[in-house]
Amino acid sequence: MALPPLRRKRFDLPLAKDPTSRFLTWLTALMVYLAALSLAGALFVSDMARRWDTGLAGGLTVQIVPLPAGSATLNERTEAALTVLRSTPGIRSATALTTDDIGRLLEPWLGKEAADPLLPMPRLIDVVTDGPVDTTALTARLKSAAPGATMDDHAVWLADLRRFAGALHLAALAVVALIGGAGVMAVVFAVRAGLAIHKHVVELLHLMGATDRYVARQFESHVLSLTLRGGLGGLVLAVATLAGIGHAAAGLKASLLPTVTIDVWHLAILVVVPVVACLLAMVTARWTVLRTLESLP
Amino acid sequence: MIRFENVGLRYGTGPEVLRDVSFTLPPGSFHFMTGASGAGKSSLLKLMYLALRPSRGLITLFGRDMARLTRADLPELRRQIGVVFQDFSLLDHLSALDNVALPLRMGGAGEAEVVEHCTEILRWVGLGNHLHALPSTLSGGQQQRVAIARSVINRPRLLLADEPTGNVDDGIGMRLLFLFEEMHKLGATVVIATHNEALIRRFNHPRIHLENGRLHVMPAQSAHWA
Repeated sequence: MALPPLRRKRFDLPLAKDPTSRFLTWLTALMVYLAALSLAGALFVSDMARRWDTGLAGGLTVQIVPLPAGSATLNERTEAALTVLRSTPGIRSATALTTDDIGRLLEPWLGKEAADPLLPMPRLIDVVTDGPVDTTALTARLKSAAPGATMDDHAVWLADLRRFAGALHLAALAVVALIGGAGVMAVVFAVRAGLAIHKHVVELLHLMGATDRYVARQFESHVLSLTLRGGLGGLVLAVATLAGIGHAAAGLKASLLPTVTIDVWHLAILVVVPVVACLLAMVTARWTVLRTLESLP
Repeated sequence: MIRFENVGLRYGTGPEVLRDVSFTLPPGSFHFMTGASGAGKSSLLKLMYLALRPSRGLITLFGRDMARLTRADLPELRRQIGVVFQDFSLLDHLSALDNVALPLRMGGAGEAEVVEHCTEILRWVGLGNHLHALPSTLSGGQQQRVAIARSVINRPRLLLADEPTGNVDDGIGMRLLFLFEEMHKLGATVVIATHNEALIRRFNHPRIHLENGRLHVMPAQSAHWA
């Protein structure tokens, strides 16, 4: 018996020579690239919001501003405020920030002069809670014990942050969904073009007893091989871009900006993008072929 | 095997190309189909290999009423029908072996079995040295033999051929008809549309004659008409 020569996977339909083939690979690469960047953006925003949330939730800040002469000194009022805070149920610790600490916090806005003792700097107390605190009653007690004291429970700030992060998330997901939609349309177009180009062959296979699934599998395999190549290319490009952005961002000293680093968890999520793109393309190809072949007798 | 009862066929809103066609082909029979160009031979063959549905009338194939079959039932029936198309309809990008292998692969045959059977049948039609040749490198007669090998590889219950000897010389034409005879002896029902009176006389089988969309069945002994 003659052995068949070694060869590549055989397709009954000569789809590899279609002009649509090349465009689908490049289009998939571009879409996976954009989707991966959008998803990475959403992940970084999520990390940033979580860090802010963790840093601010479960804490209060008490500020005691300098008052005109004749009032108790700033230190005396700070001590009084600390006494009130430490005796309040639900508060784990209350620590007054030193003038050096406050100077460092203000340095990005005031420069090195922020630590100048001549500046009328307020005193700040960092409060960590470990249970519910009646902030209204506490504020009243603080104002009574330490005139000029105000308290910020970060509620407004946190709510704004969460809303902002949520909006960014939704925007990123909308971008990914739009890219997915555009990808589906591209696959539908490519498959319909393939069916039109190879109409004669498809009809012949049909008459020879090929099931619709048999013909659809040919398109599925072809689309899978194209999108897999494009998807991997897009992913590699996206990871390289993120690494470049991370490298550039590492030089910045703006602590409010998120750290752009790709850890294993991020990479695992990004790898899902081309996988989902390939599966979506396969399902779309199958659906398009099956729908189109319904018109044959 | 095949029964047509008052079958009519029209394309779109055009006139009927087949009118009140009624005949029965018993299992294992062998018929030639004759008729002038435009008489409806190709249309009748298309109805037989399920490429068309009749406009009216009843077709029973392998004991099954075609009107009651769903679309999903048809591929399995089509795989029991071998067809030799007038233009061969070979796939240009596939080798002779892969062309012949199509019906087997569609039926889910294993690759070793596919290669063995296709090699054997291609040798039988004299193309043992052209297993991996593309159709474009083969002559018209060789392409026709590939098409015939493809139509019989599945051992079909019904074998239909549209002018199978149209592009070959008499010697090869005779050899191909002997191949159809072999399939007939193995139990296949055979219908061959042809204009070749010499072949019809040589093989002496009944004839289905189409004229102006109407059909007449002539027994074998009457097949020597001019």
